[in-house]
Order: sequence, then structure tokens, then C-alpha cells
Amino acid sequence: MAEIGTAKGPAAEHRIILRYADEPDYTTDIDCYLRHGGYEQLRKALSMEPAAIVAEVKASGLRGRGGAGFPTGTKWGFIDHAKNQKPVYLLCNADESEPGTFKDRQIIYKDPHQLLEGMIISSYANRAHLAYIYIRGEMVRGAQILERALAEARAKNFLGENILGSGYDLDMFVFRGAGAYICGEETGLIESLEGKRAYPRIKPPYFPAVLGLYLCPTIVNNVETLCNVKHIVEMGGAAYAKIGTPNNTGTRIWCVSGDVRRPGYFEYDGGAITMGELLYDVCGGIRDGNRLKAVIPGGSSAKVLRAGETYRIRRKNSQGTMEEVEMKLEDLPLDFDTIAASGSMSGSGGIIVMDHTRDMVECLNNLSAFYAHESCGQCTPCREGALWMHKILDRMAEGEGRPEDPQLLLDLAEQIAGRTICAFGEACSWPVESFVAKFREEFEAKAAKEHERLQPAC
Amino acid sequence: MVGPDQPLLPGTEAPGTEFVRKADEIVRQYPVSRRSAALPLLHHWQQEFGFVSQRAVEWISERLGLKPIHILELVTFYPMLRVRPGGKINFKVCRTLSCALAGSHDLFAQIRERCGATATAGHGMYVSPDGAYSVEFVECLAACGTPPAMMVEEEEFERATIDTVERILAKRQASRATGGA
Repeated sequence: MAEIGTAKGPAAEHRIILRYADEPDYTTDIDCYLRHGGYEQLRKALSMEPAAIVAEVKASGLRGRGGAGFPTGTKWGFIDHAKNQKPVYLLCNADESEPGTFKDRQIIYKDPHQLLEGMIISSYANRAHLAYIYIRGEMVRGAQILERALAEARAKNFLGENILGSGYDLDMFVFRGAGAYICGEETGLIESLEGKRAYPRIKPPYFPAVLGLYLCPTIVNNVETLCNVKHIVEMGGAAYAKIGTPNNTGTRIWCVSGDVRRPGYFEYDGGAITMGELLYDVCGGIRDGNRLKAVIPGGSSAKVLRAGETYRIRRKNSQGTMEEVEMKLEDLPLDFDTIAASGSMSGSGGIIVMDHTRDMVECLNNLSAFYAHESCGQCTPCREGALWMHKILDRMAEGEGRPEDPQLLLDLAEQIAGRTICAFGEACSWPVESFVAKFREEFEAKAAKEHERLQPAC
Repeated sequence: MVGPDQPLLPGTEAPGTEFVRKADEIVRQYPVSRRSAALPLLHHWQQEFGFVSQRAVEWISERLGLKPIHILELVTFYPMLRVRPGGKINFKVCRTLSCALAGSHDLFAQIRERCGATATAGHGMYVSPDGAYSVEFVECLAACGTPPAMMVEEEEFERATIDTVERILAKRQASRATGGA
């Protein structure tokens, strides 16, 4: 691995969250965790005022790692503890289902106590006395690992009544989903946990911090986000904020899959590595000596980026004034703001790579099948539109395309986004909009070819 | 899919003492609302009896003081819940993009052929005529870095190939021959 910040190679990985996960002797039991300084930050946190922890998290600049990148401290600040009379709940969103994302899995399966410590500290900071981990149903082993970790933590009084003599009580349980992607949407997750279909709630009025689980104030945070809280308590918010770049603080775990030689997950400081360095230096380049064609930078819902594109990125320079620079895809530093400025999003950190041999209609059709299957069915534009877009793409892929199909896809996508209760409308539209717009010639060829085939064969 | 042409099977399952004890333990994890235990109890039932029957819907709704429709609406919503028994060995293959790029659709076809899973059992599941094997596509299993991802019951497999499948089949056959589970 190259040295940090050299001009020759990419920065080295900076593993905070995954520090121990892949060490050969590191195990998931509590004794191993305690040998590695486990639950020391919980002791420290319990000696602090809850409001002081919230202040540290605010100062850290931590942004949610689940996809939206919302500032965690701001989210926590929405609960007004001076006025609130209701119980507060803390939920961990471990429903990792965004195609291309497999980072939370590493934490749950290899370092479960880190998540529990982060959750107990976060529950204390938000004055919650009941917390649930909502884990996707397919991670049966993950749920078992967490159940065992919870039992171990209870036995050592890191959970339960009067935790470590602090007077603070907290109970925590694992809840398993059952294969529905929409449960990753926080209000859908809440409905699911209430024993209902995971129909997302409309906001306003159902902001989780106001009317969440059982219509009480509720904090919903991603696995990686909650783990970060432990490290913020350890190093202090100000020190944490020095990692990465302003507004993109801390590390992020990037998951690379698809057509690279060495796919995997890699933890880097915010903005410390570019897309090109990650794909070519870290992941060994495109498989079989092929050329890069397209990258989905932040889970399947993020807009696709095309190889050879350049972007006008507005950013703060070292003097603190705004400047606009032109960047190639390979030069984009990986962080929230730059990827957003490129017209996409870094979302959940799931980077899917497609090489020049891939048919973009087929790739998009694969994703559209996902969204057609996963729409919860509550809002008409999404329920009908996601399925309709899939039908069109399916017929194009099958060689039954029509000349009007590319434009029809764009028109449909445009009429879904912004017209639904939750962000699934955008999630299913953005891939369609970006694939068709950026690879228009491929979609038109697919449609036109069929048009020719339909001519009489004589 | 549950519908007029494919209603729930009536079911004759009889929950035993241990099953009920575990069910009570699950319900206790939801001190604020018993209804929250609905999905966990459905998981519990399916794990014990293999699929969700009419009997399951009635038993769980009664246990939680709910109407049967409150349970049935979950059965028809959550893809992991089955209303028909799957094969004795059920292969779940990831269908979504990263695994598809790594050949999961070929793997799916190979498993179908190897196991003779020709009959459709709804929800995209195919079963062999003797009910021994079934195979179904599932959406992203969050293991995109080691594709194709596959699950057999609770076990997860990375970089799965038809050889992986052969090993699983051989292992099951061996354990059956020695009278193991």
C-alpha cells in the first residue's frame, strides 16, 4: 500500500470502523472485544451528560452512512428533551439491501459488539430506554451473532438495568425483516417493526423524531453511523472532524463490485481517494483487460456515471472561497459533496462497475426488475411506473423494443420522482433517467433494431 | 402469491411446548405493543413448520389478540414468507446486478437443471417433482463483492458455482445416509 498523500499512489486505507474486523485472531465474542478496549467508550459516555454527547456528535460533522448523508447530530437535535413527555426509541437500520452495498454485513458478522457499544452510547445520548436492531431477514447468521452479543452484553451489565452503576436502563432486541427492500426506508422500517406492512409514512407529520415508533420520538441510524459514534466519544467531536474534508468528515467504507479485478470493501478518510485510484490502484483495474464503461457510485439508486465524462465541480478552495473546477470521472474524490456535484450521489457507498462488454439496456433492465419487485405498492406513480418501466426495458432486452421506448422511459421516470410518499420514487427513476440519457444511442439502437426486424422479411 | 386460486393451505400443525415457550419469549421482546411480534412469530412458525398455513395465521393472531387479516396482510407482503413448502433443499440465488454480472443467472439455470426443478411453485420458485429440491431468485443479498451470492436455508455462500451446489448435495446425501439431520 502506498504512503498517505503521495503523488504516486492512492492514500492508504484508514480503518477505524473495520480496524479489527479482518484480523486473523479477531472473534465476535465479548472477551475478544474487551481485550481490544471494548466498552471503554461506554464507560466514558456514561460519565458524560447526554446533551454533551449530542454536542460532540454535532461537532464531529458525522453524516448518515445509510444513503442520504443527513447530519447525525442534527437528526438527534430534533428531539426536544425539555418538552418531550413520551418515551424515546433508538432503532438501528441494519436492513442493508441497496444493491451494491455490503459494508454493514462486515461489521455485524465480524465486530458485533462495536455496533452494540455505538448503539448503547447513542441510546444514552438520546435518552432512549428501548432499542431495536432491524436486520434484514436473509442475514440469519447475522441475527444469531447479534443475539449472542446482546446476551453477552447483558451478562456484563452493559445492557439492562442500572448499566455499570450509572442509573441508566436500556433494553435492546434484534428484529428480523423478511425480504422487503422498502424496510430500509426509515418510516417503512418503523411500520414493519410495529407489525404492519412496511408502507412508508408521509412527512410531515410523521418525522421519526416526532412521531416515530409507536408514535413516539424515534432515532433511526445506519449500522456504520452508530459505530462512528463510539469513535467520536473516544477522540472527541473536534478531533473526529479533522479526519477527511470539511462537511465530509470521518472515514467511509466503499464497497466495490462488478467488473473489477479485485472487488471488496475499503475504508478511507472522506475525500482521500479518487474514483480512479480506487478502481485502478486498489481494485486492480477492469477485469480481463477490458475498458471501463460505467460506474454506479452509491448503490443502485444513484445515477450512473459514464466513462469519459467530465464534470464541473463547485467546491471550496483552500482560501475558503468557491471555485469551479473541471474533473474527469477518474479524478473525482470520493466523498458526499463531490459525487453529489457530479450529478449523482455517494449514497450507501456501493460502487458497481460495468466494463465495455456490458449491454446498458440489460444492466438497467436488471435494476428495473429489482425496483418493480420492491415497490411497496402504496403510491400509484411508483407502483404502476416501476412495473411499466420494467416491462418496457424487458421488451427492449428481448428484442421487442419500439422506437418510442427511450423517450417513453424518460417521460415515465420524470413523472414518478417527486410524486410519491417516500424516496423510492426517485430511487427507481434515477437509474432509468441517467442510463437512458447517458447511453441514449444504445437504447435507441436497441429500439430501432427491433423496428427493422419487424419489417417484412422478404 | 396468495389469492383466490391459491389460498393458504389449511395446515394441521400442532405447536409443541418448546415452540410455545419460544413464542412467549419473542412476545416479551415487544413490551409496548404485542402486534410488533407478528412478523417474528411468522418467522418462528416458518422455521419450525416450513411454511405459513391458515393454521399459522389463526394461531398467531389469537396469540397476539389480532384479527387474522393482520397476519395475512404480512404473509402477502413480505417475500421471505412462504405459503407452500419449498424443496427439502432450497437454493436462493441472487438475481441483482453485481451477481448477475458474475453469472448468477447461469448458475440459476444450472441448479434448475441439476435438480430437475421444473415445476413452478409461485413467487418464481421452481421445485423438483419429488419435492426434494427447489430453487428461487432473490434480490440483492448484500454480498456483492464475492458474487454470485447464494443461500441454502440459513447458510450463505459466496462465489457460488455449480461445484458449490454439488458439494452441498453430496454433504446432504452423506448425512442422510448416516441418519443425520
